[in-house]
Amino acid sequence: MNAREAILERVRTALQAPGSHAARTDGPQPTSAGLPVPTSREEILDLFADRVADYRSVVERTGSGSQAAAVARALSGHGVHRVVVPRGLDDDWVQALTRVGIEVTAEGDISEHALLESVDAVVTTATVGIATTGTIVLDHAGGQGARRLTLVPDLHLIVVRADQVVATVPEAVTRLREAVLAGRPLTWISGPSATSDIELDRVEGVHGPRTLHVLLVEG
Amino acid sequence: MSAVRVALFATCFNDTMWPSTPKAVVTLLERLGCTVEFPRAQTCCGQMFTNTGYAAEAVPLVRSFVDVFGSYDAVVVPSGSCTGSVREQHAGLARRAGDPGLEAAVEAVTPKVHELSEFLVDVLGVTDVGAYFPHRVTYHPTCHSLRMIRVGDRPLRLLRAVRGIDLVDLPAAEECCGFGGTFAMKNADVSIAMGSDKARHVRETGAEVLIAGDNSCLAHIGGLLERQRAGVRTMHLAEVLAATEEDPS
Amino acid sequence: MSRTFVGMPKFQVGARHALADTQLRRNLAHATRTIRAKRGAVVGEVADWEELRVKGAEAKDRVLSNLDTYLVELEARLVEAGATVHWARDAAEANGIVVDLVKATGADEVVKVKSMATVEIELNQALEAAGIAAWETDLAELIVQLGDDLPSHILVPAIHRNRAEVREIFLREMGKVGRPAPEGLTDEPPRLAEAARLHLREKFLRAKVAVSGANFAIAETGTLVVVESEGNGRMCLTLPDTLISVVGIEKLLPTWDDLGVFLQLLPRSSTGERMNPYTSMWTGRTEEDGPQDVHVVLVDNGRTNVLADVVGRQALRCIRCSACLNVCPVYERVGGKAYGSVYPGPIGAVLGPQLRGRQGKLEQSLPYASTLCGACFDVCPVRIELPDLLVHLRTRVVDDHRGGLPSAEALTMRAGAFTLSRADRLEKAQNAATGVGHLLRGRASLGRVPWPLSAWSEARDVPAPPRHTFRQWWAKREGGRG
Ligand code: SF4
Repeated sequence: MNAREAILERVRTALQAPGSHAARTDGPQPTSAGLPVPTSREEILDLFADRVADYRSVVERTGSGSQAAAVARALSGHGVHRVVVPRGLDDDWVQALTRVGIEVTAEGDISEHALLESVDAVVTTATVGIATTGTIVLDHAGGQGARRLTLVPDLHLIVVRADQVVATVPEAVTRLREAVLAGRPLTWISGPSATSDIELDRVEGVHGPRTLHVLLVEG
Repeated sequence: MSAVRVALFATCFNDTMWPSTPKAVVTLLERLGCTVEFPRAQTCCGQMFTNTGYAAEAVPLVRSFVDVFGSYDAVVVPSGSCTGSVREQHAGLARRAGDPGLEAAVEAVTPKVHELSEFLVDVLGVTDVGAYFPHRVTYHPTCHSLRMIRVGDRPLRLLRAVRGIDLVDLPAAEECCGFGGTFAMKNADVSIAMGSDKARHVRETGAEVLIAGDNSCLAHIGGLLERQRAGVRTMHLAEVLAATEEDPS
Repeated sequence: MSRTFVGMPKFQVGARHALADTQLRRNLAHATRTIRAKRGAVVGEVADWEELRVKGAEAKDRVLSNLDTYLVELEARLVEAGATVHWARDAAEANGIVVDLVKATGADEVVKVKSMATVEIELNQALEAAGIAAWETDLAELIVQLGDDLPSHILVPAIHRNRAEVREIFLREMGKVGRPAPEGLTDEPPRLAEAARLHLREKFLRAKVAVSGANFAIAETGTLVVVESEGNGRMCLTLPDTLISVVGIEKLLPTWDDLGVFLQLLPRSSTGERMNPYTSMWTGRTEEDGPQDVHVVLVDNGRTNVLADVVGRQALRCIRCSACLNVCPVYERVGGKAYGSVYPGPIGAVLGPQLRGRQGKLEQSLPYASTLCGACFDVCPVRIELPDLLVHLRTRVVDDHRGGLPSAEALTMRAGAFTLSRADRLEKAQNAATGVGHLLRGRASLGRVPWPLSAWSEARDVPAPPRHTFRQWWAKREGGRG
């Protein structure tokens, strides 16, 4: 019998074991009533911005008309010289970056992983934002780059549209079903890379981008 | 009003080592108008056997418990962990013994078994039991009271209503004292490390008296306090609630 | 170079060592207290937390009670998505598969994402024996590996080390295996993290093969999920050409939607965050993105034994969040190593004897390494009844020994049960005790006493028996009335 058959056989035998187990039904008294989950658009976006900022990410809100300028301004503000942009990113943004004197490298020009080390930042869009947890999810489709693109550079600027923001984790999971069924990988990002491995002291920035800048586009 | 008839399950530990606790229960319940009976055939709930892995040895004790208490409407127990043993473990032991008759008997009796503070608050509906205890005290909510039978804040509500009492919060109150039945012997080092932290917290409160609903935990913490000559007494909740101005304990 | 857990002494011996290490106790107390507070705060935010726990337990039970079906479903989805699926009955088989896969690529090193399953099967040792270097990339795992140490916590394996110790290890060891620690390294955590970033970066960029575990494997879609903080996971899962994921067969979730429950339960229970910084999900192979040679090794290694115990089965719900460790008063005082495996604390005390069998002294002692205080059940996000399982396993241990020569404990227990099975026998025993009480004339306690109570009286006074039992008092009172 090969290992596969042997394991499946063991599982089937184990599941035929007689007897039952009466599960406990009690639980601790909740110590607090919990926070209400927001329902209005306004509250959801406010909470999203708050929770993202809570991870010590930079959060900016901007109107849809001024996105390109906001992207360029944000990166200049961080002193970025070289930025890598994914396939499918809005051309206006790329032009705005060039206009402020930032050198733009296209995703297609990165052959070796190591080349990503020479850029200061990456700009992408996103797929879903989650208000209660301050999470942003990328499905790495057009505008979001292959996974390595948002990993190696030290600064990640993410542009999230207001209509992409949902209140809760299960809502996000529902929205992401299609991408997963299409075989897309997902990266869930909640603040910059961090560790608490030394004395439980939180340190931002280990291997992933040390700075996360989020642009929330409304209207 | 007809008096509530209750059976007292003293528990073997209290009966043998701490008789003042079941005596206090009798005093208290009679003061509140109950008729208390002590069925003499009672012995032990079997907890120590069950929790040490001797389930087979515990089964006859389950049988004896249902025989002795099956006919009463209410059974009062001055111990959170013995109450837990009856309510949370007897059914499993009966099932393990493969005895459906016993299982049914257990199922019938367990809902009538109340830990003292539950009985006072839920069945009698009182929180002010007319007690008087003019001392600085602190309360340790033992693990099985808290997390096995979930008495919640009932003991604290009862204590707050005691006249003259100065009840101070115990730091890290919800942490285990390290007694754990045979754990106290099998893992004596860890047990003492835990108990020492508990004793330190008790001393920090400046209380004269440490109160709990389980004498076994109190013996463990009290044994440490005494060895440290900490000058803190231990008392079962029942004894505090039984004390009055006329008859202090 | 890496140490293993084999031949650990029984729990009490390890515990005694740990208790004597005051630095360790301080580190542990600080760490567990910090993380307990964080967890409490973020769990308190969730209004339907208890409901989520029930849903989590239900989803896992659904998987476990139909595990064969879900395993086959997962395999089919993975294969459709371009992954290769391997099955391993035990640690040796799993290690053999991984070693062969790495050798086939020609690589002599792998980068690793923190994975309990690979520590359990001792994969690093197997790779080493085959001449393949395995680089741990999680900061805490790196500290453990460089310090030639054993992990002591599920989430923070170096929880027993403080910053000064970490600095020393980095200065001494990094240069031996790659980029040395920067000159003038201080013991501030940001500087230490920076040193790890620099040290590992060259390894990430050059690695051809990565080995990971998975927090969840979704049967419906074939998706694997890795939850992490530092980005080392993303590095390993993204940059190399070959990715080998070692996944215990209990890691399955039935459907994609179930993930919505677990991504709320896990981060809040584990690191005490609303969400961990990074979660990666991949479904087989993605064209032009990430590893193109994707393998999944499904490992049994004792899990079907656990499954065969109807009561013990629920331990397989565990999502390795470590909340039960952090609230456990025993763990807080002795740390992880006394438990003698990669799974410490209450879940380790339950899983150890179930996965590895109850033949060893350590496995027999583990179910007793608890006061049954119940704090673990209250925090467990999948409602594993850890105290009940500990009692269940104690019963197993005792029953294993029936039939042979009874131990002193067994004899005492039998005698006790005999005495307590009838009130008249109890009364006789009580009369003997109160006789002692009379002799002591009302002394409150006995101080130190000889064996067998000496284990008690070493640090605790023993209460003296009273002069009357309750039932004697009652009989007198009733007599007086009648
Ligand atoms: S047993 Fe429960 S609390 Fe402990 S690690 Fe597993 S899931 Fe977490």
